[in-house]
Amino acid sequence: MYKAIAILLYIILGPLLGGLLAGFDRKLTARFQGRKGPPLLQPFYDVKKLFSKQVVIVNNVQDFLVAGFLIFVVFTGCLFFSGGDILLVFFALTLAGIFLMMSASSANSPYSSMGSQRELLQMMAYEPMVLIVAIGFYMCTGSFSVYDIARSDVPSIVYLPGIFIGFLYILTIKLRKSPFDLSTSHHAHQEMVKGITTEISGTILALVELAHWYENIFLLGVVGLFFLYAPLWSAGMAVLACVIAYVLEVFIDNIFPRVKWQFMLKLTWMVTMVAGVLNLIILDVIK
Amino acid sequence: MNIIALLIGFPFLAALFLFFMKKQSRFRDIYVLVGCVTIAVAVVWFSIRDLFADKTFSYLTHTHVLDLVMMGAEIGLFLLILFFAIRYKKPLVAVLAAIQSGMMVWLDVTGKSEGMEAPHIFVDKLTIMMCLMIGIVGTLICLYAVGYMKEYHVHHKEVKDRSGFFFAMLFIFLGAMFGLVLSNNLMWIYFFWEITSLCSFLLIGYTKTEEAITNSFRALWMNLLGGLGFAGAITFSVIKYDVIDLRGFVAIDNGGKLLLIPVLLLAIAGLTKSAQLPFSRWLLGAMVAPTPTSALLHSATMVKAGVYLLIRLSPMFHGNLVGMLVSTIGGFTFLATSMLAISQSDGKKVLAYSTISNLGLITACAGIGMHEAVWAGILLMLFHAVSKSLMFLSVGAVENSLGSRDIEDMHGLIVKLPGLAFVMIIGIAGMFLAPFGMLISKWAALKAFVDTNSMLLVVFLVFGSATTLFYWTKWLGKLLAVIHNSAHLKSKVGRTQWISLASQAILVILLCLLFPLISTHLVEPFLADMFGGKLPAIISAGNTKIMVMMLFAIVIMPIGVRLLTFGKKPKIVMSYMGGANAGDDRNFTDSFGEEKNLYLANWYMEDYFGEKVLLRPSIWIALAILLVLSGIVVGGVL
Repeated sequence: MYKAIAILLYIILGPLLGGLLAGFDRKLTARFQGRKGPPLLQPFYDVKKLFSKQVVIVNNVQDFLVAGFLIFVVFTGCLFFSGGDILLVFFALTLAGIFLMMSASSANSPYSSMGSQRELLQMMAYEPMVLIVAIGFYMCTGSFSVYDIARSDVPSIVYLPGIFIGFLYILTIKLRKSPFDLSTSHHAHQEMVKGITTEISGTILALVELAHWYENIFLLGVVGLFFLYAPLWSAGMAVLACVIAYVLEVFIDNIFPRVKWQFMLKLTWMVTMVAGVLNLIILDVIK
Repeated sequence: MNIIALLIGFPFLAALFLFFMKKQSRFRDIYVLVGCVTIAVAVVWFSIRDLFADKTFSYLTHTHVLDLVMMGAEIGLFLLILFFAIRYKKPLVAVLAAIQSGMMVWLDVTGKSEGMEAPHIFVDKLTIMMCLMIGIVGTLICLYAVGYMKEYHVHHKEVKDRSGFFFAMLFIFLGAMFGLVLSNNLMWIYFFWEITSLCSFLLIGYTKTEEAITNSFRALWMNLLGGLGFAGAITFSVIKYDVIDLRGFVAIDNGGKLLLIPVLLLAIAGLTKSAQLPFSRWLLGAMVAPTPTSALLHSATMVKAGVYLLIRLSPMFHGNLVGMLVSTIGGFTFLATSMLAISQSDGKKVLAYSTISNLGLITACAGIGMHEAVWAGILLMLFHAVSKSLMFLSVGAVENSLGSRDIEDMHGLIVKLPGLAFVMIIGIAGMFLAPFGMLISKWAALKAFVDTNSMLLVVFLVFGSATTLFYWTKWLGKLLAVIHNSAHLKSKVGRTQWISLASQAILVILLCLLFPLISTHLVEPFLADMFGGKLPAIISAGNTKIMVMMLFAIVIMPIGVRLLTFGKKPKIVMSYMGGANAGDDRNFTDSFGEEKNLYLANWYMEDYFGEKVLLRPSIWIALAILLVLSGIVVGGVL
């Protein structure tokens, strides 16, 4: 029963919260830059307009693959919030990402192909850290189940400070924030237009937006999981952590210029080794 | 018992006649077909019968006559190797072969191995899994070869048609593999082990070009080196422990520290056979041979013999330095070769690196020597056999139709050759994607590494998974590119080839759905027998259900899309090229106003992952791990 409610809540509230988050993001960014910014509900107006547009595609498999992206992102979130296995959650997220990349590759377009290759590179950069997050949770709570992790005796952050920092680091990549918004971002790149979403427009683009909202809420869920433990009030702590994490990401987005992929790959793997692996080794010794 | 004799003997017998059917003919095609069907039916019947009997069998405790025959054949093998060594002036090969055959003959002639009574043939659940893998995947490859070799000699006029010999070798290979997994007597295993080494040597050298000969000799000497370790281990075990059978050897419990020496020697034999670093180069060179050879070597036979031996020995690896050596080499190989695969654009080369990489993971699992890890290792082996054979065969089919096996040339394959592209997509998905087979085993392997506190292996696995993801996904992207105005190419895939490809594609999907059954009825009983005690649940029933749901979600997706965009007729446009498209999405107008062809390439990142950068250091690091840890093992014993 709990599971069904969690899934239902995620499916309904996910895009609402995700959309609000996007609006908040734009507002905050505007304030950082000394602008007034659009209304908070602007992302919803945008998506509503996109849905009213004609479906324009470059081939017949593209829309199918984008739908795969959306379905598996939602699937990932449902599995996570219903307390499923965290490794399986991450595997499903990878599958979702692959669908998006495939839709870009299928377009046979220079800009979206380049975006797709860069996205793949980003995935290769962050994937080790993502797996280490799951392993870290398992080592400190003895379970891969999100349900069990959220009800452990001590919040995981106590044992996993390094892994948490590593996760925040790759969150910048996952949220497509500068300096790691190599494959696409909310602003058109000079050298590659809109990257992975160049060939996606109209209703199909609305699906991508929707999927990103779902995805962002799920990612913040993982941030929250570091702070959740048996007492109910820890939920408040988790929400607070999510807000701080998100503000931090927006802040980073605004102060760093985009880097080259070589730099991103090296630095990400280095952070993974230092923050992630070192944390695991220490955990292995003390547990 | 009769059926076992049939499984081992029939392929050899069938091969004997094939030597005389030199040229392709309808009769020979049917002969091969009947041979394949016979083997497949026999192996299925054998497995079903054994499954229902639900116990282990052992046969042939006294076999003096058979042993003499084996000895004769062993000397024959040696003379054959000697012949090739002299003809191509390879003294190293002759010396390696002479030492090990000498040891075996010495053991027999001096009567040291006499009086040790142990069943020569032994059947348990692992044997059944191996037999099914060899019998089904192996015969599907032979079936495919029927159409492929016909096409091959049309394209490669410069290569002398020795296809009769080729098919004979394929059958001998299958027979030898059956012999290897059904035998319990170490000398018998060693004998079949040698046959597979020699067979792969002959198959790799099929085209007789200079490259083929060099590569085949590299394969031979590396495998003979492994064979030397094997022969040394047998001699040691016979003299020191009076044990000549594999089960007896694994059960030795009063061996003391000295026991590590034969275990180390056997482990080295397993590592060479399964092409682990630093011995990987023989398998990379093996791709000069016609595709069915690569498919056979990489999937159901040869390299699987290596990991089979390691899995059999895994209880002896637990918690000692030899185990650490095996798992470290395996883990390192997994990471290093998956990085190397990124920089390759030759389809077969990517597959070769991916094979070595996956075998590395299986090796690492065997080296841990705990039931959870071995569970993952066995399932990895099964999933890998089917998916990899499917991949090789479809690359071969694409090569025959397209004239190239370069991944860059497979751009837009989904439009050009939709059938083959579809089969390939299933193969690739089977290799790394949730919810398909390999991922399930990787998941279990990860859990096993964490549970045994093998942090180094965890690091190898998480980084290796990421690099594996990279090279498969970019290949997938190439296949899926949809180019406007592309014509279907005429597929040159024959009917037998299609049957083989389709059966394997179905097998990949079936294995995903049926793996819980394989686990409960085959893998778990085997592990309970080997390690004793009750096994913890490795992948819970709930998670299995979720993965089945994912599989169905992929299937129902196309319908979902139509519902979401219902009532809107999609408009198809050209892709965006800054407004410079020249009429379609294949050409653009450049700054001089001339039409230029558009070419989209994948990333290979040569500066980071190229063979020039990584291959040599990887071999040296692996060699250092091997030498240092072996040194410590030997030093600790003496």
